[in-house]
Amino acid sequence: MLREYIPVLMIFAMSLGAGAIMVIGSAIFSNYRPTTVKKEAYESGMPPVGDARERFAVKYYIVAMLFLLFDVEVVFLFTWGAVFRRLGLFGYVAIMIFIVLLIAGLLYEWRKGALEWD
Amino acid sequence: MGPLSTTAFIISAVAKVLVIFVGWLIVVAGVTLAERKIAAWIQDRSGPNRVGPWGIFQPIADGIKNFAKEEHIPGGASRWLFFLAPIISMFPAFVVIAVIPVAAPLPTPWGLVEVIVADLPIGFLFVMALASLGVYGLTLGGWASNSKYSFLGGVRASAQMISYEVALGLSLVPIFMLAGNVTLPEIVRQQQDALWYVLPLMVGFLFFSVSYFAETNRGPFDMPEAESELVYGFHTEYSAMRMAMFYLAEYANMVTASALMATFFFGGWDIPFWAGDNIGVAADGSIIGATPAWWVTLLTFASFAAKTAFFILVFIWVRWTIPRFRYDQVMALGWKVLIPLLVVYIAVLGGAMLALEAAGIEFGVRYALSLAGINLVLLLLIMFWLDRSRIVLGGAWRQARPQQARSRG
Repeated sequence: MLREYIPVLMIFAMSLGAGAIMVIGSAIFSNYRPTTVKKEAYESGMPPVGDARERFAVKYYIVAMLFLLFDVEVVFLFTWGAVFRRLGLFGYVAIMIFIVLLIAGLLYEWRKGALEWD
Repeated sequence: MGPLSTTAFIISAVAKVLVIFVGWLIVVAGVTLAERKIAAWIQDRSGPNRVGPWGIFQPIADGIKNFAKEEHIPGGASRWLFFLAPIISMFPAFVVIAVIPVAAPLPTPWGLVEVIVADLPIGFLFVMALASLGVYGLTLGGWASNSKYSFLGGVRASAQMISYEVALGLSLVPIFMLAGNVTLPEIVRQQQDALWYVLPLMVGFLFFSVSYFAETNRGPFDMPEAESELVYGFHTEYSAMRMAMFYLAEYANMVTASALMATFFFGGWDIPFWAGDNIGVAADGSIIGATPAWWVTLLTFASFAAKTAFFILVFIWVRWTIPRFRYDQVMALGWKVLIPLLVVYIAVLGGAMLALEAAGIEFGVRYALSLAGINLVLLLLIMFWLDRSRIVLGGAWRQARPQQARSRG
């Protein structure tokens, strides 16, 4: 029923409230006295070199793309799993075809080296 | 007793939210102390023992200290994101408790109150959706700091958490298949009828716990922090209460993970070998099974708390025992071991369930025990296959092999 979502909204509000109280309270009680050196980014005691927002390894993008593909497939499996016992053999065979395609895709990525990190 | 009236529902909801949320905060604070005490115990030292007897007021002292400390903002940081990241990180960790049933339904003069903040029909999806929100806090925190260590920690966190989210989702599919349902109270009830899911889904439990360890960035998977490589990872530039909030989020996630393990695989609030707690509530509010009573609710809550505490102990124990993975090993374990094995596992389990149903075995203890046998075989296969660690170690394994061969010869 829809009224079950009222407590969810309450707990949303309480979590956000607790977070806000902590951040604001800390901002009130702390005495921040910035100096030029203090404001530098930490780089093991050396003066920081350049900006941190540089280019970074493309592998992270590949992981993000693979995640998109596989997560959609996982959501598909969720719905199938919930009704698995009602669908019986037909649903099983259908999802097996889907899973074989999924595994074929994963093996292709694997062979192409998309999962390598060295 | 019928369903609660709207007024009674609102009052009970407010009471439940307050009690469970405040109780949750106390538990999370207690776990921060428990970790330090257990770490000290494992490393043979005293741990915190100055504030109160055995240091039990240490979390309060930590809180006061963190509020009073100087808050630091690096010069090049994006101020708003830097400000928001700890809140975004804490929010999902604290909200997931809403769908976890913590005890048997409590009888009150106004009707039967289920001891769960919100009995959502999509409990599972709620957990998954919020668990995946957690990655934003870490990534934003790392990016907003404009420091190289934070940045690397942030990207690592994002890649690791989304990889293991796929594995986490896949490891939940067997539970759906067995329960035929996506609400958590219903799964607890099904486990009372048959067996705890840890037996018929042993392999699923193994994979679920490994993925959740990685998802909480703890134990051997704390790559986003990795103090030997990245100083402090994504919260290098954070100080005072904001840093403490990242810690609170981590510990809250850990408690949630333990509670979920207890709920999905160890019967939630079920007391084993006792039918007195098998209480179900039908859609019209009528009671199925045993009669509810306040002391049954208390006992079942104690059972749930004991199971959760055990898994928290396991989390802490693992963190202080097992050395950290290398990042490429973490990613290899996620993509090359967990995901393919889980997909195969789902296929085998589905086939086994269909075969059992074709053999005419009804869902119940025998059904679950047959699945447990199949799982045991799979578990042994996986253990002996994983033990060779060909895939996780990759090139390192191939390099090490000739040496091993030589030393043996």
